[in-house]
Amino acid sequence: MSNTTTKTLTVSTPSDREIALTRVFTAPRALVFDALTKPELVQRWMLGNMGASMPVCEIDLRAGGAYRFVWRNPDGTEMAMMGVYREIVRPERIVNTQRFDTPWLPGEFVLTTTLVESGGKTTFTSTTLFDSVEMRDKMLKSGMESGASASYDRLEAFLASI
Amino acid sequence: MTPSERLDATFTALADPTRRAILARLAKGDASVLELTQPFAISQPAISKHLKVLERAGLISRGRDAQRRPCRIEGKPLADISGWLEEYRQIWEQNFQRLDALLEELQAPDRKSGPRKGKRP
Repeated sequence: MSNTTTKTLTVSTPSDREIALTRVFTAPRALVFDALTKPELVQRWMLGNMGASMPVCEIDLRAGGAYRFVWRNPDGTEMAMMGVYREIVRPERIVNTQRFDTPWLPGEFVLTTTLVESGGKTTFTSTTLFDSVEMRDKMLKSGMESGASASYDRLEAFLASI
Repeated sequence: MTPSERLDATFTALADPTRRAILARLAKGDASVLELTQPFAISQPAISKHLKVLERAGLISRGRDAQRRPCRIEGKPLADISGWLEEYRQIWEQNFQRLDALLEELQAPDRKSGPRKGKRP
């Protein structure tokens, strides 16, 4: 049923300090916006691939409002991601800060998510801006190292970073 | 070098636009220092310095021919990075496939989503 040619996920590095994800969804952008911002919906899909659940998902959807997501892995370990919304333009744009409660990933990132609707489909683009090239590369490396060592908690933090 | 140090060297090497341009040139085929100097508006010693950084990072190797010492691109460090990007892509693909299913469910006219109770005819 899905049109795979339009559903390819693109991961790119538009600049030395950024990582971008692009994906097309067969839905109006108001619905995609809801799926990104309503806790009961976020909890159903933003789970990574390690069998994690998201027992905590708090979202105060307004400029200056905070959010907090907590993942629980099958082994019982937990990881949290939190930040503040800087800009909410429903249903087309979200800008928010992001940080993790893990010591290996310090610092704060800025995410810009845009939704563009055309012909009933929505193009989602999410760009993460890091403080420095070093920080982005640290993210890349931590992902690589955890992939190699099967240390999935770190990978989980990374994949949750958009 | 430890794997972590090797990654540091790889990322440092890739952080420079001239070195990325040299790699892009070498991706098309081996080249000598002289051949590499021509398209860039920099001196041969400067190019040689960039090549040393790339060589230390394992991104290129130098031929044994004492005269030409042709440079060759080495795939492994780049494959490590693209391999990671592929892994990252797959993880997000799984998230987004779940989102596809959720969006489809939310748009289905005859199905109710989530805990909300809708009126049924």
